Amino acid sequence: MHSLLPLPFFHVWSYLQTQPLLGLTATLCTWELACFIDARAGHKPMTNPTFLSITFLACALLLTGTPYSAYFNGAQYVHFLLGPATVALAVPMYANRHSIKKHFGPIFISLTAGSFVAASSAMLIARALGAPHNVLVSLGPKSVTSPIAMAIAQNLGGQPPLAAVFVMITGIFGAVICTSVFKLVRVKDWRAQGLAAGTAAHGLATARMILINETAGAFGGVAIGLNGIVTSVMLPLLVQMFGF
Amino acid sequence: MVRAIMILLLCQLVGTVVQEGTGLPIPGPVMGLVLLIGLLLWRGGPSPELHDTAHGFLKYFGLLFVPAGVGVVTELQVLQANALAIAVAIPVSTILGLVVTGVLMQRLSRSEDDA
Repeated sequence: MHSLLPLPFFHVWSYLQTQPLLGLTATLCTWELACFIDARAGHKPMTNPTFLSITFLACALLLTGTPYSAYFNGAQYVHFLLGPATVALAVPMYANRHSIKKHFGPIFISLTAGSFVAASSAMLIARALGAPHNVLVSLGPKSVTSPIAMAIAQNLGGQPPLAAVFVMITGIFGAVICTSVFKLVRVKDWRAQGLAAGTAAHGLATARMILINETAGAFGGVAIGLNGIVTSVMLPLLVQMFGF
Repeated sequence: MVRAIMILLLCQLVGTVVQEGTGLPIPGPVMGLVLLIGLLLWRGGPSPELHDTAHGFLKYFGLLFVPAGVGVVTELQVLQANALAIAVAIPVSTILGLVVTGVLMQRLSRSEDDA
C-alpha cells in the first residue's frame, strides 16, 4: 500500500498514522455510515451498526496494512467512554425498580439460572472441543453487554477484543433465533421473553424484543444490567469450580 | 452536563479504586454501577441533567465498543484455530440460556400472579 502511493501522499499518510485524528474520525464516519445502512435495511440483526462498523474498520485496517495500535491511538477516546456508559446503566435500572421489586424472586432465580447455564455450557463445550484457557474465559461472559464482558474477560486472563467479538456473535444469533425458540418451548409471557432475551443475548436481542412488545423490552433492559452484575460475581467462581 | 459526567466518572473511580484495592474480580465500572443505583435509591432518583446525560451515553452504547471490537484483527489466528469450538459453543449455550431463563420466568411469575 505504502509503496503504491505518490510521495506527498505517503508523507501525509505516515504523518496521520502517528496522530489520533484519523482513527477517531474514521470511527465516527464508519458509525454514521453503518447507522445509515441499518436504517435503510429496517434494523435487521445482521445490519447491527456495531457489527457493521467493526467489520468495515477491521477490513480497512487489514487492507491498508495499518497496525491496530495506530488506529487505537485515536479510537481510545471513544473507548474510554465505555466506563461511564456502564455506570450510566444505573439510570434505566432505577427507572425499572418497581417491576424489579415486584418480581424480584422470579427475576433473580430465572436470570441467575439462565446465566449460569449459558456461561458454563459455552465454556464446557469449547473446552471439550479443545479451546485454550484464554478463549474459554473470553467466551464465559459472552451473554453480557460488551463493556462488562470485556472487563470480566480481562480480569480472568482473557482477551477483551475476543470477548467483544463473542458478545457480537451471541447477540446477533440470539436476536435472530429468540422468537423461534420461545415458540418451540411455548414461552408466551412477555416478561419471560424479555428477561430471557436480555439474559442470554443482551442488548441485541433486547432491541428485537422492544420492537415486538414494550413489557418485553423493559424486562430485557432489566436483564442486561442485572446479568452484568450477576455474571461479574459468578464467572470467577465458575472458572474456579470447573478449573478452566 | 459537566456535573452529570462528574457523577458518572466519580462512581467509576470509586469502583475502580475498590476493585484495585481489594483485588475483587468484579470490574470497577460494574461496582460504579451498583454504587450509582445505591445513590439513586438514596436520593430518590436522578436529576433531569443526570437522566439526560445517562440516556445520551446509552444511546451511543453501540458506538462505544467499536474500537475494542476492531481489536479482532489482532486475534484472527486465535479465532481461526478455535473456529469449531466457537461455532458450536455460542449457538448451543445461547439457546440453552434463552430456554432456561424463559421457561423458569414464565413458571415462577405465573405462580406469583396466581398467588
